[in-house]
Amino acid sequence: MAETHSLQDLQQPAVSSKVFIQRDYGSGTICRFQSKFPSELESRLDKQQFEETIQTLNNLYAEAEKLGGKSYLEGCLACLTAYTIFICMETHYEKVLRKIARYIKDQNEKIYAPRGLLLTDPIERGLRVIEITIFEDRSVGSGR
Amino acid sequence: MKNCEYQQIDPRTLVVSPSSAQKHTEKEAERPRRKWEVFPGKNRFFCGGRIMLARQSGVLPLTLGLIVFTCGLFFGFDCSFLVEHLTVFIPMIAAVLFLFVVISLLWTSFTDPGILPRATPDEAADIEKQINTSGSSTYRPPPRTKEILINQQVVKLKYCFTCKMFRPPRTSHCSLCDNCVERFDHHCPWVGNCVGKRNYRFFYSFIISLSFLTSFIFGCVITHITLRSQICKSLVQAIQESPASVVELVVCFFSIWSILGLSGFHTYLVASNLTTNEDIKGSWSSKRGADESGNPYSHSNIITNCCATLCGPMPPSLIDRRGFVPPDEAIPAASASEIELPLFTAKNDAHMEENCQDVALSCTA
Repeated sequence: MAETHSLQDLQQPAVSSKVFIQRDYGSGTICRFQSKFPSELESRLDKQQFEETIQTLNNLYAEAEKLGGKSYLEGCLACLTAYTIFICMETHYEKVLRKIARYIKDQNEKIYAPRGLLLTDPIERGLRVIEITIFEDRSVGSGR
Repeated sequence: MKNCEYQQIDPRTLVVSPSSAQKHTEKEAERPRRKWEVFPGKNRFFCGGRIMLARQSGVLPLTLGLIVFTCGLFFGFDCSFLVEHLTVFIPMIAAVLFLFVVISLLWTSFTDPGILPRATPDEAADIEKQINTSGSSTYRPPPRTKEILINQQVVKLKYCFTCKMFRPPRTSHCSLCDNCVERFDHHCPWVGNCVGKRNYRFFYSFIISLSFLTSFIFGCVITHITLRSQICKSLVQAIQESPASVVELVVCFFSIWSILGLSGFHTYLVASNLTTNEDIKGSWSSKRGADESGNPYSHSNIITNCCATLCGPMPPSLIDRRGFVPPDEAIPAASASEIELPLFTAKNDAHMEENCQDVALSCTA
């Protein structure tokens, strides 16, 4: 018994399906995801919570890609130093990506994991999709 | 809802399967693989995935060689005369320009141009499912195009059969590198890499600084020969005294035409926020009417376009070369037709043993 199946394996939920939130290109090539609520999540999640998550992510990506004084300053400084600052310094975009990773982890812990869902950071999918994994709704003790 | 009876586990859908417990111990004995080692495109990686090049380096050695050779001749043969007769700033300016050119060239060649990682099998299946909604049992390949609205303009997105996804706008698949590249400009053989979203600014710096360098060297060499011929009262004698200058003149003369032309062309592209690919295909030219341009990506004015393209935020590399391959992706699947990655991993094992002394690993698709 203990050799092939540990108790942890039995309790690990199986993946039921995956939902992919695609990119929204309505405003151009900036990183933005569609906020249409997928029907597969209706039984698990509130529409409002979902939309709030997507909207916050969209705002964070907009912040990363914002064209403004700070990004221009970074760009001009990089050009003057023959782009060697990219070796030593972390870019603004990378800083925001870390912020996004923390936000997703936080959302997973607070909202999605208790409902048997898992948000995958879009950067792991090449910023193409937000992958939401739906785990089987297995209650404890039904392992027959 | 699944019932509680035993069902055959499909390894493609499960994140963790019971047999993975055994596989995990096997994997721990093996070295964990980095993603660059299993990269499906035709690229070469060096320094543990930090540096990447296209499979065919093209004429990059020639480009680098020509620049170094011409500048070497300049510093060796012309500078001493010019410092003596004019100013010491000449070799200093030339040195700064030369460094800028070489560094920009290396950045352009070795940076990820904006490669989009291929769709995971789950994503590809989801896309096919969304399209194939008629419910027919026969397998129909996904349609080639999807139309979307960008800034009130209809844009067609094409489906990439290699990467198994609808290409984002301005993305194109490079057949030489076998990758979809974002904001694809062109594949430059001189630089040995694609020019795309992430390395376009380096490429532009390279050609602008190279224009300045070739023009500067050309001007300095002409000045040198003129001054020398005034001293010896004979042009032929001046040339005989400094034959290297003639070599430099020839190289610079032919380079200037092409480099200056290219710089001018790319300055126009940057100002109108176009890519070479779009300009050649004439994607937006037919739409020129009441609006200044039919290009939906163009900002309101030239300055904004230039700033956005050249000084905008530096996007991250999406292919995560140095990351580790997750163990579930390395499990070989039953039906291998769609899933290329595990087969590729198996092929690479043989290669790894052969090339264990090499730093670079050639990815063969």
